[in-house]
Amino acid sequence: MSHTAFIAAAYGTAFIGLGVLTLALIWDNRVQRRALADLEARGIRRRARQG
Amino acid sequence: MGLLNLANPTRFMWLSDRLMPWLWGAAVLVLGAGLALAFLAPADYQQGETVRIMYIHVPFAWLAMMGYSLMAGSSLGVLVWRHPLADVAHKALAPIGAVFTCLCLITGALWGRPMWGTYWVWDARLTSVLVLFLLYLGIMALRAAIDDPNRAGRAASVLTLVGFINVPIVKFSVDWWNTLHQPASVFRMGGSAIEGSLLWPLLACAAGFTLLFLALHMLAMRTEILRRRVQALEARAAAQAGL
Repeated sequence: MSHTAFIAAAYGTAFIGLGVLTLALIWDNRVQRRALADLEARGIRRRARQG
Repeated sequence: MGLLNLANPTRFMWLSDRLMPWLWGAAVLVLGAGLALAFLAPADYQQGETVRIMYIHVPFAWLAMMGYSLMAGSSLGVLVWRHPLADVAHKALAPIGAVFTCLCLITGALWGRPMWGTYWVWDARLTSVLVLFLLYLGIMALRAAIDDPNRAGRAASVLTLVGFINVPIVKFSVDWWNTLHQPASVFRMGGSAIEGSLLWPLLACAAGFTLLFLALHMLAMRTEILRRRVQALEARAAAQAGL
């Protein structure tokens, strides 16, 4: 394996690792936001927002 | 009103909602500039082009230790003040720190093979970073293994503080033992040993990755607060349905 291949592998791994982490965190955030919106649509609200 | 009272989840959600776009923007700009500088920097006189792995490997190593140190600080917040935001910060840090530590190990192995002739040796620096990675995984596993979230947070915090002894071992392992890994070359007595044309791109990349780390952590904290709100509402809905 040439030195260029090691550099490409290191940057590629970093890009994939950080990309997967970022997408997983964004997806998890969307899931929780949707779950909260669903509960509020059913009339189940936090006490602080019930007014 | 005390500082701890100011740092409640509702205020955090309000503040982070305004900070997040700026943090993401700054992370993309600084990291983009840092990586551009990293590829424009001259090759090292000994390592040649392979030195370019340094611009990602070294920030990953610094952030692996910074993430664990932040977790140790959050653990004090959990155990001493029982602050809910400290527990949220602690839980959100673990997977991010684990990924950065894993990337540090992988990029280090890919740098080691052409430079040292091996992907891995059981020297003190490499082994202590592997222990750091296992600590991150252990803390996540411990949290997942305990049903009661308060007990899980306290147990994970105790383990974090016990494991914090490994952070100075990672930092000073290259001074205390004879290692294949090189000694400290940026933060050391007598100043940096790296030439300015290579050092500044490294510092720019480190700043960019740090901003990215903070943006990811803020996002993960917001998600964790939402998750706890959902769980509380589901519990209330179940209680109402049972009446």
